[in-house]
Amino acid sequence: MISELFTTTVLIGILASGIRLATPYLYAAIGETFSQKSGVLNLGVEGQMLLGCFAAFYVALTTENLWLGLLAAMIVGAVMGLAMAFVTVNLHAQQGISGIGFYLFGLGMSDLLFQKLLGTVETVKGFPEIYIPGLSDIPGIGEIFFSQNILVYGAFLLVPIAWFVLNKTTLGLKIRSVGENPDAADSLGVSVARVRYFTIILGGTLSGLAGASLSIALLNVFQQNMTSGLGFIAVALVYFGAWKPAGVLAGALLFSMVNSLQLWIQVLGIPVPSDIAVMMPYVLTILVLVATVSKVRTPSALTKPFERED
Amino acid sequence: MTESNLLPSGKARIDSLEMRGITKRFPGVLANDHVDFDVKSGEVHALLGENGAGKSTLMKILYGLYHPDEGQILLNGKPVSISSPNDSINLGIGMIHQHFMLVPTLTVAENVALGLPSSRGALTDLDRVSKRILELAKIYGLKIDPAAYVWQLSVGQQQRVEIIKALYRGAALLILDEPTAVLTPQEVDELFIIMRQMTRDGHGLIFISHKLHEVVEISARITVLRDGRKIGTRPTSETTKQDLANWMVGREVGFAPERGHSDLGAARLQLDGIHCKNDRGAQGLRGVSLEVRSGEILGIAGVSGNGQRELAESITGLRKITSGRVRLEGQEITNVTPGEITERMMSYIPEERMKDGMIKEFTVAENLILREHHKSPFSRNGFLNLRGIASHSDRLIQEFRVKTPSRETLVKNLSGGNIQKVALARELSRKPRVIIAAQPTRGLDIGATEYVREQLLAERRKGTAVMLISEDLDEILALSDRIAVIYEGQVMDIVPRETATPQKLGLLMAGVHPE
Repeated sequence: MISELFTTTVLIGILASGIRLATPYLYAAIGETFSQKSGVLNLGVEGQMLLGCFAAFYVALTTENLWLGLLAAMIVGAVMGLAMAFVTVNLHAQQGISGIGFYLFGLGMSDLLFQKLLGTVETVKGFPEIYIPGLSDIPGIGEIFFSQNILVYGAFLLVPIAWFVLNKTTLGLKIRSVGENPDAADSLGVSVARVRYFTIILGGTLSGLAGASLSIALLNVFQQNMTSGLGFIAVALVYFGAWKPAGVLAGALLFSMVNSLQLWIQVLGIPVPSDIAVMMPYVLTILVLVATVSKVRTPSALTKPFERED
Repeated sequence: MTESNLLPSGKARIDSLEMRGITKRFPGVLANDHVDFDVKSGEVHALLGENGAGKSTLMKILYGLYHPDEGQILLNGKPVSISSPNDSINLGIGMIHQHFMLVPTLTVAENVALGLPSSRGALTDLDRVSKRILELAKIYGLKIDPAAYVWQLSVGQQQRVEIIKALYRGAALLILDEPTAVLTPQEVDELFIIMRQMTRDGHGLIFISHKLHEVVEISARITVLRDGRKIGTRPTSETTKQDLANWMVGREVGFAPERGHSDLGAARLQLDGIHCKNDRGAQGLRGVSLEVRSGEILGIAGVSGNGQRELAESITGLRKITSGRVRLEGQEITNVTPGEITERMMSYIPEERMKDGMIKEFTVAENLILREHHKSPFSRNGFLNLRGIASHSDRLIQEFRVKTPSRETLVKNLSGGNIQKVALARELSRKPRVIIAAQPTRGLDIGATEYVREQLLAERRKGTAVMLISEDLDEILALSDRIAVIYEGQVMDIVPRETATPQKLGLLMAGVHPE
């Protein structure tokens, strides 16, 4: 039975869906990278994703316009980010706790809206696959990399963009310094509050997008708690990736491939208890974090509210 | 504008800057009370005062970090308004903060570029920034590598980055907030060379310090602040160190503490070939053997990071000793718990008083009983005896002259000197047999330093064995009966006070035997 996994078709299938499944991880974890680089731990990613999921799905369903759905998810994520920014930057809230609050809010709110506005599980026609001319015809490779929908391409494109912004722009320099030594940035006239507002709202927007990628590009349904911990894994991926977009990419691929593998195991009916298969990504999260976290340097000001001393 | 009005950096000079009648109130404190201060192009004006005298507040007002309640600032005779660091930077005022405002994970060039508009718009222009840094470095004689990461640099080099950062932003006037506090004597000399060069070129410098000999060496004029008020301004040539010290403290101060007579007794603390690891896992101590006798102060001299912290921690049970043994009055205490060491009446004044010595969120009273809270009269059967704690702390607050509104005040709200007094009160009031004092006066002002030293000498006269670990050579020479010099985790030599000179100790501290 296990040998069924190792046929070319199945392997290509696993890899292709692995690439696809990396999408929500990438959006959410790259967004989280920005906010953590500036010193803010946003644990509310999961909640932002769930509301993004719902907003995208609902708007896409009612307007029959996927792009409006996408926009709605981003706006909802940005608003959640704005609220998170206010609570952490202005009110100096404990970031871990306020993040859990935002998660629970997103979980409850998306459920409530689902019950009130939809009531039953429906489906939408999600973003279609875009076959890149020429490249998508390459055997294997084409199916794995170049026959995906627009949000998948976008997620992978985001990785070099994030790297570039963080390392080659004045904005990136500000973000990095605010996360390492906000006092120094402040003394040079950089507004710590503005930088953190920006990164938290950006993080929220990308989390909303991550949610949308689930509900209108990958799964094309909305269910209660459909992210099932994916947002928390995204937070963990930032640590795993040592606050580097390329590292986050590696982590996202590792998890999505494991996820894809377990889905295929279930699809093929290989006699592994489904509970164990479903558990695999989560167990992997714990193992990987234990193995890596102690070795990398966190941004010095992470989770520390900034206040001028008097 | 004539050529002579320009600084070598190409910026205009600030001929004069004047602060008039500056008043700043914080809740419950008058930090600055109608203070006048001025600085001219080409001079070093020193601002002298004890901790809490209002020096930093005044300078933070000048730099735009605080807003004064009253008073005005005049630049070249014209009133200016400074409401943020951006304003002061634009006016040509730069500040070198006591705690460097650098991002260690960034390069020198990135630190300099931070917050400035880039010639490439949204993209950084680090090549151009690096080029300009090298130009400035050449003009001002500063050695610097723009591509180096700040965490790789020594403290002295980091300070140069701060100076370059200010010059890059066109600073004509520089505020140096206790710039020598973290430097070695050699680095201080180098800094003074740079400062002299800058004043020759027409920069105005404000030098904040409470080290009198440095102030007298470098400044042209000196202003003394005390309790938020200006005591006076005088040309340096017309003052003496003694005058300045009296001005600062508001009373006569003695420079050399009275040592008095002390009877040497039996060895109380004996170390035998102690080895331990440092935080990075390398050898921290490599076979240290010492003894401290009743009624003596053994000074441990050395350049920072040569095993001082490891020594204090391995004696007090905070660091594992890998080989060798420690005896307290003949009884082995190698690797026993800090609790047991407390029971044997060893007291410890740690180097980092806020981190290791105190719980800053606790009240003065709570901190005073930390070591003995489980004993009568502070608790009975697991319940705290609040009355016993209260009377104990009130007595100590009085006896050790701790300036605090009440025993219920949180320690974090006290000044450094008073926090150290709380630590001393706790450690000395239990009548210890041995005291390990690590950098007990670091960061304290003259008055508090004097007090701490007197207390240690009093303990010595009572027959306590005192180990004084200090990087301040003057302190070591003033207090110690014998001086052990530590270098790379080993004792280079032990010198009796009669034959100890700064030159001799300096060589030993550098790992050289004078013979």
